[in-house]
Amino acid sequence: MLHTVNKSPTERNAFDSCLAHAKKGSAILLIEDGIYAALKGTPAAKKLQETMKTVPVYVLEPDVEARGMKGRVVEGVKLVDYGGFVDLVAEYPTTQAWL
Amino acid sequence: MEEDTSGTVKKFLYVNRKAPYGTIYALESLEVVLIAAAFDQDVSLAFLDDGVYQIMKGQLTKGIDVKNFSPTYRALEGYDIEKLYVEKESMDERGLTTDDFCVEVKVISKAEMAALMTSSDVVLSF
Repeated sequence: MLHTVNKSPTERNAFDSCLAHAKKGSAILLIEDGIYAALKGTPAAKKLQETMKTVPVYVLEPDVEARGMKGRVVEGVKLVDYGGFVDLVAEYPTTQAWL
Repeated sequence: MEEDTSGTVKKFLYVNRKAPYGTIYALESLEVVLIAAAFDQDVSLAFLDDGVYQIMKGQLTKGIDVKNFSPTYRALEGYDIEKLYVEKESMDERGLTTDDFCVEVKVISKAEMAALMTSSDVVLSF
């Protein structure tokens, strides 16, 4: 299944809950304020890199750019545009949105 | 009978704790800051927790079709709003430095932030 997170990891626990429930075979897509979890030098990104060993992680690029975070996303996270977002939703049979 | 309040200047503190764009708080805070400025009040802005993300350099919102309001922080100087404070702990936790900000700020500790809050006449929370 596809997991989406749209909340900041330092504001809500949606990101931590997502990591605790994302199993092998699923994927994580960070959108809106969820993108702050993918930034270099943050505790959240460290946890994310551990998860990335088993689960692919994507981040919505327009949300990264809007927040002035271009070039700060940690290695291994794949940037997608809105078309890529749609592709991910279509690729996985179900989506869990961690709101 | 109406009380004459002309010339009364209070210390206003705007506490910004939310990231921009994900919620409306950051933009609404700016709107209210400009109102206080129009009334010639003593205005300070505080950025802590995710609020430090509001003043990031290089925000490009074309892709999400939302107004980029970050240039407004730089325009505050023109309204005599020059006291912008960033909490050091919030900045450090997020791996940020003052070089990452689009506007000049004063970095203060959590304890100093607490003192600033206590010494203000009016605190507006966003």
